[in-house]
Formats: sequence, C-alpha cells, structure tokens
Amino acid sequence: MAIDPQLAADLKSQGVHVTSFEQLINWGRSSSLWPLQFGLACCAIEMIAATMAKYDMARFGAEVFRPSPRQADLMIVAGTVTKKMAPQVVRLYNQMAEPKYVIAMGACAISGGPFKDGYNVLKGIDRFIPVDVVIPGCPPRPEALLEGLMTLRDKIAKEKLMGKHRVRHADPNGAASFPVPEYGAHDLEPAVNRDIWNPPAITREGGEA
Amino acid sequence: MSVDIGAALQGIHAALPAAKVAMRTNPGPSNQHSLLVGNESLVDVLRFLRDHLDFDLLSNVSGVDWPDPAKADAVAVFGEGEETAREHGFLEVVYHLYSTSRRVGPLVLRARSADRGENACVPSVVSVFRSAEFQEREIFDLYGVIFTGHPDLRRILMWDEFVDHPMRKDYVAPDDYEYEPTPHDDVLVKAKRHYPAES
Repeated sequence: MAIDPQLAADLKSQGVHVTSFEQLINWGRSSSLWPLQFGLACCAIEMIAATMAKYDMARFGAEVFRPSPRQADLMIVAGTVTKKMAPQVVRLYNQMAEPKYVIAMGACAISGGPFKDGYNVLKGIDRFIPVDVVIPGCPPRPEALLEGLMTLRDKIAKEKLMGKHRVRHADPNGAASFPVPEYGAHDLEPAVNRDIWNPPAITREGGEA
Repeated sequence: MSVDIGAALQGIHAALPAAKVAMRTNPGPSNQHSLLVGNESLVDVLRFLRDHLDFDLLSNVSGVDWPDPAKADAVAVFGEGEETAREHGFLEVVYHLYSTSRRVGPLVLRARSADRGENACVPSVVSVFRSAEFQEREIFDLYGVIFTGHPDLRRILMWDEFVDHPMRKDYVAPDDYEYEPTPHDDVLVKAKRHYPAES
C-alpha cells in the first residue's frame, strides 16, 4: 500500500518516519552494491579509476569489490567478452547470490564494439545473462560508470518485491541461473540464449532487395 | 641501429657452409631486407646468430599465410616440397632478432612450410630461444603451422575444441551477422542476406 507523500512529509516534520518494508529493503540494497572484482579489457581500467580517490565510488557504497561471486551483488562486465571467456562470465553470474544485477560497461560488452565482426568476440553479454544497465562508450569515462551506478540505484529503489509486476529475483518462478554455453567447433553452442535474447525483426531502410 | 644483414649472411655462410640461406631484398621505403632460411638449417642458423653474432633477443615470431604464392616474392622454398609450395601456397614464419649487447636489430629471418596442409611444418626454435614457445603456440593456433620439436604444441588463444585456424586467408567465420545501422560493402551483402528491405 502506497503512503501518501504529503502525509509522510507532515509526519516527518514531526519526527515520525513512515516507510514500507519494500522501500526499506530497496534502500538497503541500492545503498551497498558490492561489485564482483573482475575486468576483461580496457574498460576495467576506467572501472578501477572510478574506485580511486578522484572519482571515489565509495561515496555510493560500491567500493567493496569482492573477489568471490558469493559475496557480490553487482557484476560489472567491463570490456570485450571473447567467446572463450563467455562461459566463465555466465558461470560467475550463476554463482552470485540473489539479488544480483549486471552492468554492461562499454561498447564491447554491449554489442562487441569495434571487434563485432571478430571470430572470437561475443556480440554482447546480453545474449546469455540479463543486463540491467548498459553504459555506452569506448571506454566510458569513470563519470559514466558512476552515472550507470546511479541509474541502477534508481532502478533498485523502484523495484516491486510483491505482486504481479515483481522483479525477477523476488519471483519464485524467476530464473536464478542461466545455461552456460559450451565450446563448439567454430562458435559457442548455443550461440545465443533465445529465452532472454529476442531482438525484434529489422528491415533495412530504403534499400533495394 | 639497423643491422648489417650482409655481414650476418657472410658470417652464416662461413660458419655453416651447408646452411641454405638467401637474402630477400625489400625494395619498399623501409628497405628492410630479410634472410630466407631453409627449414633443415633454421635451428643451426639461429643458434649461430645467438652464440657468435650476439643476437640474444628473439623479439617476435609471427605467421604469414600465402594461399597464392604468386603474390609472395620469388618463391624459393628450399629442398623438397618446392613444387607443391609453388602450386598450393605455403605458410611463412617470420623471426625478428635483436642484439641487446651490440644494440642492433632487427635481423629478420623467414622460414616457409612446404604447403598449407599436412606438411605445414617448420622446425621449432624453442631449443634456442625459450621466448619462442608461446609465440609458436599462437602461430600454431591461428595459422596452423606445425612446429616440429615444440615441447607443448597446443592451442593458446582459441579453445581446445575449436577446429580450423582463424587467421588463414580462407577461413570462413560462422555467419552470425547482426544488425548494422549503416551497412556497406561486405556488410551490406550480409545485411541483404539476413534482413529484407522495407517495401
């Protein structure tokens, strides 16, 4: 049940703070996102810079990079995901405890970036795991990563934990892990996870057949 | 400082009279000439260069695919296999040697396989320069050069289940084309195959 904002503000001025468990839990989750400590390419350098004194991700409660997926809430996919690396990234995601969130940082993690046509580059990590926030850039500046982090915090603060529109990790039927692709003769098998990645059909603009 | 390649060639001829080594001149602006070395004498030549001419650093080992030998310079694979190489192409391995003590380099050496199939063999130089080990594995992985005598010849970049060698000119990658906002040239051909145009 939503609280009347005017009533809540009036009560707050009298020293009474009214909230709901949903708001309280989301506030706690969004205020201490612990990222998983791994980097895949040059975006990782910007991610490291974002944690250092000048940009200081610790201001937002996200400085504790965990070396174990069991202790991490947030996976920052920072860099080019090669087809050789993709199964390990998916496996790490599966090993993280719920609730878990994914930021795809940089052009490569989103789409393969400049290496999109490479024989060993995945065309975006969203083919295998659900991505919450994408940060474009090559690489994105640390400010952009902080902006992505703030976006994720806003997203978590608005999460519905009950009811029909509740989030994936609050849904007993929601998937907690996703299939790890196998190495094939030339590509990963399957090359994409169609359960979570179904782009709309696209037609070419104004071109001949 | 650039290396005196003529003196190096003379030194090799004097010390190893049986070695098959020939100069390949580069008429381009770089003017960087190289020595084409026969496979059977490659290890001996490298050992001589290391021990007697002080080339102590094997900086780089790289692979080149020549599917069309007419595009390579005057084809001269030494010994048997010369004819098949002329017909079916060959793989080339290029070595860049430096001398840190004399501060000269690079000395460029080239070795060629007999063909691009089962006989794509070049002797391994790991016994002379340990730094060649991973680089030869990479060339084996991406080009398919079989380095005879390599202590641990297996893939290093691609996964073990991968077949084929992706850096070869005739490698065909899996057709997993995806939407491009401004397709052109080869990408437009793929786009036409995958996405219908607006009617």
